[in-house]
Amino acid sequence: MRTRTRMSRRLAALAAVAALGTGLLTGCADDGKQASDGPTAGGGGGGGAKTTLTVGVFGAFGLKEAGLYDAYMKLHPDIEIKQTSIERNENYYPQLLTHLGSGSGLADIQAVEVSNIAEITATQSGKLEDLSKAPGVNKGDFLPWKWSEATTKDNRTVGLGTDTGPTGICYRKDLFAKAGLPTDRDAVGKLWAGDWNKYLEAGRQFRAKVPSGPAFVDSASGVLNSITGSSAVRYYDTDGKVVYKSNPAIKEAWTTATAFAADGLTAKLQQFQPTWDQGFANATFATVSCPAWMLGYIQDKAGAPGKDQWDVAAAPKPSNWGGSFLTVPSAGKHKAEAAKLAAWLTAPAQQATLFEKRGSFPSAKAAYALPAVADAKHAYFGGAPIGQIFAKAAEGTPVQILGPKDQIIQQNLTDIGMLQVEQKGKTPQQGWDAAVKAIDNALDQ
Amino acid sequence: MASDTTAAVPSPTPGQESTAPGRADADERRSRRYRRDTRWSPYAFIAPFFVFFAVFGLFPLLYTGWASLHQVELTAPNDMTWVGLRNFSRLLSDDFFWNALRNTFTIGLLSTVPQLLIALGVAHLLNYKLRGSMFFRVAVLTPYATSVAAATLVFVLLFGRDYGMINWALGLVGFGHVDWQNGTWTSQLAVSTIVVWRWTGYNALIYLAAMQAVPADLYESAALDGASRWQQFRHVTIPSLRPTILFTAVVSTIGATQLFGEPLLFNGAAGATGGSDHQFQTLGLYLYEQGWVNLHLGRASAIAWAMFLILLLIGAVNWLVSRKLRKGMTS
Repeated sequence: MRTRTRMSRRLAALAAVAALGTGLLTGCADDGKQASDGPTAGGGGGGGAKTTLTVGVFGAFGLKEAGLYDAYMKLHPDIEIKQTSIERNENYYPQLLTHLGSGSGLADIQAVEVSNIAEITATQSGKLEDLSKAPGVNKGDFLPWKWSEATTKDNRTVGLGTDTGPTGICYRKDLFAKAGLPTDRDAVGKLWAGDWNKYLEAGRQFRAKVPSGPAFVDSASGVLNSITGSSAVRYYDTDGKVVYKSNPAIKEAWTTATAFAADGLTAKLQQFQPTWDQGFANATFATVSCPAWMLGYIQDKAGAPGKDQWDVAAAPKPSNWGGSFLTVPSAGKHKAEAAKLAAWLTAPAQQATLFEKRGSFPSAKAAYALPAVADAKHAYFGGAPIGQIFAKAAEGTPVQILGPKDQIIQQNLTDIGMLQVEQKGKTPQQGWDAAVKAIDNALDQ
Repeated sequence: MASDTTAAVPSPTPGQESTAPGRADADERRSRRYRRDTRWSPYAFIAPFFVFFAVFGLFPLLYTGWASLHQVELTAPNDMTWVGLRNFSRLLSDDFFWNALRNTFTIGLLSTVPQLLIALGVAHLLNYKLRGSMFFRVAVLTPYATSVAAATLVFVLLFGRDYGMINWALGLVGFGHVDWQNGTWTSQLAVSTIVVWRWTGYNALIYLAAMQAVPADLYESAALDGASRWQQFRHVTIPSLRPTILFTAVVSTIGATQLFGEPLLFNGAAGATGGSDHQFQTLGLYLYEQGWVNLHLGRASAIAWAMFLILLLIGAVNWLVSRKLRKGMTS
């Protein structure tokens, strides 16, 4: 009898140790899976057998905020949608790659940023579902270049386009008036139409009239981004070779953007840093290149004092900055339902809603004619007809050649090269050399 | 103990075992089980740690070593090409690596030395008889309990160029604005400040614990000999704390070598470059940039192993120093 109790106590202890060990182990390994079916298993006390779909996004993606998930769940009572978000794509993307590599920890739908889509399509297509034949997907709805960006050579389309980033120039009317520049958005657009150097010229006029105080533009990097966004060949050529060093379009963009820095026209800020936000709040610069998705950001940061001071005009040349795709990983548990949801989320009507609520401009050209886009006006930006301004920019944007390392090249050009010129007073050549050195090091495997 | 019991119990012959179910037999089985228990149970109880260490410590270490000998990308981790020691040899001519190593060293120095000196002072003050001493002891530990992310974001605002509080204060006393993030020394100083702020209290509590173990009669006899507070601190406290000081120095050095979160978040938007001129990119940041921004797993693994070797080197130096110190103490 004594033996039995001691024995069983011992067994219980061992069992506890084992359970603790395996429990922790499985707890770690199953992190991702639990995220997707945890709520189903948890049960919510006798609720029906709902399928939980998870959507992994970066930043303020807007699908949830625009109420699209709620609308879909209303249409499909058996579906529950959960979203996980990581603030910055630089953190989101490597995690997505490791999860794809290990086939675990993935959401049922994963968003991919446009600067990563070439790499995803080229290297990860085997781990993603072909969405071209998914129910509800209509190839004809999308801008042709947007569709082809996520399509592999063997004709599998692994990502459905959500938004694009047609770019305008947002400007402050009060500061323009102070500098004797026109304040009407059509006149402002005409001021620099067709040539980025006219934008630079406007900056010089601004500086001459307002020698101290607010700067003309937030950052030279922002200028560089929007100029490179307006040319078809950028960092890669059609053969997939890295050509940014010899590409005259990039050289010219570099020259123009560094001129902004050299002439003291910039507020020397780094975009998406707290200081940039403070710049919006304190009106320390008069213009910023603004893709459609940035309007909401400006409204948030500039706040009530900026209302009716900010307006938006056409950019010198049609340019694109940003945009995203939705993919469905093959390792997911509910691939069919996820594909259906992705198709619904990217359908023209939903893209129009996303634009109406969040300002993300549709990549489905079928949406441009819908009243939600065609008649859209932005109250904060003086009632600017943003639907028309950005549709014009989107249609005029050249079909851009994307490469797998676009993001790294661009980031080093702006965050290393341009910042050295702008903030550390290096010459344009020194900045360029520093950026090239960093890019060479980054591309070397 | 176990062998005693076996000797006391008459052992049955092998043939009898099944046919004679006596008391002796049960006792025998029980004692054998008991022996097995005392012998193997401790292993079962410590097993979880070693299982975890093998899975999450040893395996990654070895796998990283294996990956460092290959050209391998994060986009295709299973697709490895053998390159031997090339990832290591190229570090020798990699300006960014040396720059990161230099920055790690200077930031480490700028943070570790003041940190330990301040901690020593704070611990000495806490060691006095104070009203509400528990409150102060908990208070010095609060920075340590703050998350790196939250603390760093606050410091980024404090060190802001245009609207930062430190520049505002400098302006009040007549100095110009400092562009903290862009200067080499200013940015390193700012990053070090965050480290000092976070870890000083932690080290102070370790010192305090060691101080309280110093026998009170040492102080009493020192006081009888007419030693002042400061003399007591120098000639009684410091020598008694020597092993503790050494311990904190080693731990802080390891922490400084692996410094990552503070410099990463100090340049929030730009990722792992550590400033436009890489002016505060530490080894940890460079490792992260190679692996998770540029997606070169092989090169990142080589940097990780280089860091590991550097730490071993520091460990060896520390061992030599501590041996010398111990000899100095006994002689």
